[in-house]
Amino acid sequence: MRVLKKVVSVMTASAMAMSLLAGCGGAKASSDTFKIGSIGPATGGGAAYGLAVKNAIQLAVDEINEAGGISGKQVEYKFEDDELNAEKSVNAYNTLKDWGMQFLIGSVTSACSIAVSDKTKQDNMFQLTPSGSAEDCTKYENVFRVCFSDPNQGLKSADYIADNNLGTKIGVIYDSSDVYSSGIYQKFAEEAAVKGLEIVSAEAFNADNKTDFSVQIQKAKDGGADLIFLPIYYTEASLILQQAARDGYAPKFFGCDGLDGLTAVENFDASLAEGVMLLTPFAADATDDLTVKFVTSYKEKFGETPNQFAADAYDAVYAIKASIEKEGITPDMKVSDICDKMKTAMTEIEVAGLTGTITWDASGEPNKEPKGVIIENGAYKSME
Amino acid sequence: MSFLTYFINGLSLGSIYAIIALGYTMVYGIAKMLNFAHGDFIMVGCYVIFTIVATMGLPPVAGIVVAIILCTLLGVTTEKVAYKPLRNAGSPLAVLITAIGVSYLLQNAALLIFGADTKAFTPVITWQGIVLADGALKIQGVTIITIVVSVLILVCLQTFINKTKAGQAMLAVAEDKGAASLMGIDVNKTISLTFAIGSALAAIAGALMCSAYPSLTPYTGAMPGIKAFVAAVLGGIGSIPGAMIGGLILGIIEILGKTYVSSQLSDAIVFGILVVVLLVKPTGILGKNIQEKV
Repeated sequence: MRVLKKVVSVMTASAMAMSLLAGCGGAKASSDTFKIGSIGPATGGGAAYGLAVKNAIQLAVDEINEAGGISGKQVEYKFEDDELNAEKSVNAYNTLKDWGMQFLIGSVTSACSIAVSDKTKQDNMFQLTPSGSAEDCTKYENVFRVCFSDPNQGLKSADYIADNNLGTKIGVIYDSSDVYSSGIYQKFAEEAAVKGLEIVSAEAFNADNKTDFSVQIQKAKDGGADLIFLPIYYTEASLILQQAARDGYAPKFFGCDGLDGLTAVENFDASLAEGVMLLTPFAADATDDLTVKFVTSYKEKFGETPNQFAADAYDAVYAIKASIEKEGITPDMKVSDICDKMKTAMTEIEVAGLTGTITWDASGEPNKEPKGVIIENGAYKSME
Repeated sequence: MSFLTYFINGLSLGSIYAIIALGYTMVYGIAKMLNFAHGDFIMVGCYVIFTIVATMGLPPVAGIVVAIILCTLLGVTTEKVAYKPLRNAGSPLAVLITAIGVSYLLQNAALLIFGADTKAFTPVITWQGIVLADGALKIQGVTIITIVVSVLILVCLQTFINKTKAGQAMLAVAEDKGAASLMGIDVNKTISLTFAIGSALAAIAGALMCSAYPSLTPYTGAMPGIKAFVAAVLGGIGSIPGAMIGGLILGIIEILGKTYVSSQLSDAIVFGILVVVLLVKPTGILGKNIQEKV
């Protein structure tokens, strides 16, 4: 009887030890595939952004795997939903880490990306956000981004308006409770002064007071603005367009990447968006081979025209591929070693992607040229 | 001239606050409880209209009728399930907190059913309004209709309360529930009726609000609900004409504050007014001064 007890206890102990070991094994990356994880809002307010990123990465990963993988190794991909919530984004990151992620493409939005970057910094995990544009997104050296930063968008917008003579008297409507919007506005105002653009009205709204825009529109009208700059998201922009139309006021409207998605608002009268211009690094109607191929296969697979977020995410996958090949990274390396190699590789590569030819500097900022896009017949058309 | 334009804009915002405040103040006046979920009843009404008009393609009138019916049912049910069991709880705070709970419940239910994506509401009022002074001044159709509807509701409510038996019962219940029930008035029925009317008004307010600001999310009703509460307090909470006046004044102050003070401070001004009113004249513009007997 005593012997039996001993046997049982030994067996239990060894079983426990085994399960501990098994636990370790699970957390460690399997050695023959690269594992890319991504986080973004697949449901809720930013779903248009998150789903685009999710789909585009899938497309790029499938392409790469069909063509034989990266350095002969296949790529595995997993996407987690964060519902546009910073806390859930961090939870999603932990889930992906348990899965064995080696490269993170995300988070899709600025606030979530910043929250996750505190974690990736601790773990020394390579992070490439496709679309987190706030300045703080790339404050750590392990984080890079594909899209323009907010100040950069403000700067390029002012340059674009001035260089193409789109308007001289500018009205601005921005969201003072949002970092993205006020970040763009501040830089825009500085650059506008340099370029000789006159800002006749700069009116704010905030997260709690964003349905009535009569004052903001009327002030721009009173100031004689011929162009209204909207560094905001498409939801509020759709209301501003409706109210301006109702007041019989038809200036030019110019925005940044936040306006991407305007025509997709459910039940929105798309004719109001006619002629709205936005500065974005990607135009789905461009005729270069890469864009045509991407847009065709995206439409085939997901049944809709890809937006700028999709393009940024697609380029992110190829940037990772180029870096892996450049530094000879293998899947059996430790996450932290991969990250160290990626940090140098990213500054050395040049990616001819959908959003232009991109190079990166060590601060994580991309260098590329923006494109002007205009909405015509409900579709985005390149302005060049 | 530009002052007049801003003034009219204020009037159009104020008319929306007024019509919401009518429902708020009606329920408070009779049931003596602040239904903080009133704004969310409005949101529910808007989603019902949206579903019927935009998704099912039926005429707006059908949408409004169904919304009124569903909101009435929702109001009566909420009162029965969530508020009535607490009516005799020691502190009036219990019902207040429950109302906030109901508000969150409705918002999250809408989030679950319709998602967080913004829907563009199809305005139920298509009249463009009138243009004065060679196009320099424009009064929107929805503003005029909202004001007309508000006045109509005001007159109907006043007549109903003062001239009908059920209305008199409401006044009695408002005065003293215990005494009213001793006089043979069915207190439960009267309060149910109050909620039914208040919620039906929410559906009408929703149709007009979303016609003026055609964007719909699960949080659409929250902020206007709170602003309308401020309007009701400003006009004298419990007073039906007070809600109308308070709403209009608040809208005008908000827009003029945005115009001449700062577009960022407009909410601070609105809520500053609430503080001032509570300090200087807690009963509001038309509120009755109730003397405490010692």
